[in-house]
Amino acid sequence: MSDAPLLRMEGISKAFGGAMALDRVDLSLQRGEVHALVGENGAGKSTLMKILTGAYHRDAGVVQLEGSEVDFDTPADAQGAGVCAVHQEIHLLSHRTVAENIYIGREPTRYGFIDWGRMNAQAAELLRGLGLDIDPEATVESLNTARQQMVAIARGVSLGARVLVLDEPTSSLSPREVSILYELVARLKANGTAIVYISHRFDELYAICDRVTVLRDGKLVATRAMAGLERLDLVCLMLGKSREALRDGVTGFGDHRDAGEAVADRPAVLRTEHVASGAKLHDVSFEVRPGEIVGLAGLLGSGRTETARAIFGADVRNGGTVFVHGESVNPRTPDDAIRMGVGFVSEDRKAEGIIPELSIRENLTLAALPTLTKFGVVSRVKQREIVERYMTRLGIKASSADQRIRELSGGNQQKVLLARWLCTDPKLLILDEPTRGIDIGAKGEIQRLVNELAKLGMGVLMISSEIEELTEGSTRVVVLRDGCSVAELTGAEISPQAIIRAMASDSPAASAVNATSPVS
Amino acid sequence: MAQSLGLDPSVPPARPARQWKPRAGISAYAALGALLVLVIGNALFTPNFATSSNLWNVLLQVSTVVLTAVGMTLVIATGGIDLSVGSVMAVAGAVAAVLLPRGVMVAVLAALVVATLMGIVNGSLIAGMRVQPIVVTLATLIAGRGLAQVISHEGELVTISDPAFDVLGRGHLGPVPVQVLIALVAVGIAIFLLRATPFGRYVLASGGNAPAARLAGVPVRRTVITVYAMSAFLAGVAGLVVASRLGASDAAKIGLNMELDAIAAVVVGGTALSGGRATIAGSVVGALIMQVIATSFNMLLVPYAWSLALKALIILVAVYLQRPRRV
Repeated sequence: MSDAPLLRMEGISKAFGGAMALDRVDLSLQRGEVHALVGENGAGKSTLMKILTGAYHRDAGVVQLEGSEVDFDTPADAQGAGVCAVHQEIHLLSHRTVAENIYIGREPTRYGFIDWGRMNAQAAELLRGLGLDIDPEATVESLNTARQQMVAIARGVSLGARVLVLDEPTSSLSPREVSILYELVARLKANGTAIVYISHRFDELYAICDRVTVLRDGKLVATRAMAGLERLDLVCLMLGKSREALRDGVTGFGDHRDAGEAVADRPAVLRTEHVASGAKLHDVSFEVRPGEIVGLAGLLGSGRTETARAIFGADVRNGGTVFVHGESVNPRTPDDAIRMGVGFVSEDRKAEGIIPELSIRENLTLAALPTLTKFGVVSRVKQREIVERYMTRLGIKASSADQRIRELSGGNQQKVLLARWLCTDPKLLILDEPTRGIDIGAKGEIQRLVNELAKLGMGVLMISSEIEELTEGSTRVVVLRDGCSVAELTGAEISPQAIIRAMASDSPAASAVNATSPVS
Repeated sequence: MAQSLGLDPSVPPARPARQWKPRAGISAYAALGALLVLVIGNALFTPNFATSSNLWNVLLQVSTVVLTAVGMTLVIATGGIDLSVGSVMAVAGAVAAVLLPRGVMVAVLAALVVATLMGIVNGSLIAGMRVQPIVVTLATLIAGRGLAQVISHEGELVTISDPAFDVLGRGHLGPVPVQVLIALVAVGIAIFLLRATPFGRYVLASGGNAPAARLAGVPVRRTVITVYAMSAFLAGVAGLVVASRLGASDAAKIGLNMELDAIAAVVVGGTALSGGRATIAGSVVGALIMQVIATSFNMLLVPYAWSLALKALIILVAVYLQRPRRV
């Protein structure tokens, strides 16, 4: 590693309207370095990266690549110079093949026609070189999200990327897929590629990053080596708080687990028996009592979301029984479930949560509209009262209730969606990855809120792939594997090790039992 | 716990600050401005434009476009499109003309019921079978035109002479033509539905993000069927007005190309074809713009072909102004 940085950004500023999104920010990358870029939502991470990759123009500052000044007008310019970004949402043509996606716009030709044989061979070689077992002739839509991401990275590599920006690359990956990504990153690093790694997950930052740059409110806070930087200090830098000001524990749940004893004899608000649905869900049984937070754990594809959707009437159930308040129910649409006092926050905020063009007010009251309506007209008074109450109580930061929800940060959008359910006064709240992709401040607030709701007597079913969230938040943890509930942990049994052991079907005995168990 | 969440309703909420107003459809104001420029320009330069008889004539001409454009706005707000409105008009006219001997009430009711049923078929195929709106309503456009001709005895011109039915297309209330009143009532009801009722929210939510709306308990399917039924009902009303105005049901001509005028009015008025947004007032302004241009070109003896070219240009400019903007 030579001392001159591969890439240097200095004094980068950018304003949108009157608001400073970036204020004299510096960032430098060495060859073969994995550099973490962290900060709460709205800290300026994506703006900085969009300036680096030519999607935005900077107002002030200098960008140098290998010592010479560069100025990218478009993402294509940046790619041409070897600066590539792989986004959270993957930009690939889903109906086309892997090879076509990798070489789009620069397909190898022969007599003016695309040379399919050569293109596929080159793609196969590239993928093999990166240690990826992906068929270049498969269509992108046939691959899972993780593999699609690998294809996007491979495309960047084939463009000769010297600087690669990975924006939340693991947000939809399973633990096994994450390790494939790590291997890929290690390989690129060995080749001298500099990688900017944006993630909210601390485990990852510590696992693969060399240095970290922290942004807050559009300003550079610090650049440090990861080695020797304590987690707590990193959180303090991100939040701009002293160590003393931070609460104990990583999450905002506090001591909820103790409530387990107190609620043990209350009648269950939700009980499922041998629930099956679609191709993925076979046999799930558990119950949720009022005042409980029941964690639902499992690897990607184990049937967590499918369980939630089956209970909520979003998917058709083809087996088993669901009891709400002791009564066997069969909600055929979410509308039915809502009337029974069930609420559901989806894991995919953008695709299944917000109505982007509608205002905060309209999004917040959407599920409660029937109760706000008198003689067929939505009561403005009741509506305003509810919206103002929840915006204040949940600390939703917005210019007004009329602001379009798509303009809010992820954390604030999530609070609006929680409020959407809270104002229906649900008895059971199903939360699918309630803190995914939102900044650490809002994350703690939402966790504290969920905790508070449980204390007020609501039953909560919480799906999470974050082990800390499950261990610190849940009174009980139900573990799913291959569409079946395989373990239930209570009280002192709840530990990261126990959850992971139950999630992973690495014991041959367990998978044998699984394979022969009857599918209901 | 640092702070109580205070979800107790007895705690009065603090009022959040209120300084920011949404940009309530810049393109709607742009369309209104364009309309004003057109009207003032014509008043100054087109002889006889600013006479009351001519202005009433513009409103008279535009009323059927407004009726269909109101329904089209709701359909487009759900992310769909309704190509069948012109054919539905012809069917309604034909049904009414054939049944008039049995009484005005029977004829009008039957025409509107048949029209609404056509809309329910459209909506059910779209929402229930998940066929694309453009395909379903194209089929209804073709089938409806045929149906209208079958009903009116193989496409004969069926003349109408009934004083009560004549009121629809030729009656006045004071100085105001009855058809203008009907259009105004439809506009008023649609604005009210969109602004004040759950149905209005459901329309915008279904068009803005259908999966999310469904998970929030919105009856997406029912909403979609309802907007197509409303669009067809309004087209049926427009068909009756035209039949009354002509004094005849002409199955081959009534409502011909009306779907294009309606879509143009909606687009010029600022409702995005992508769904999730709607401005009824904008669509009315859009319809007026198109009508004022057609009328003034007619008065200035500009060839019809040129007026079509200008119409096309206006649509393109309107869509250009509404394009998604980059930061």
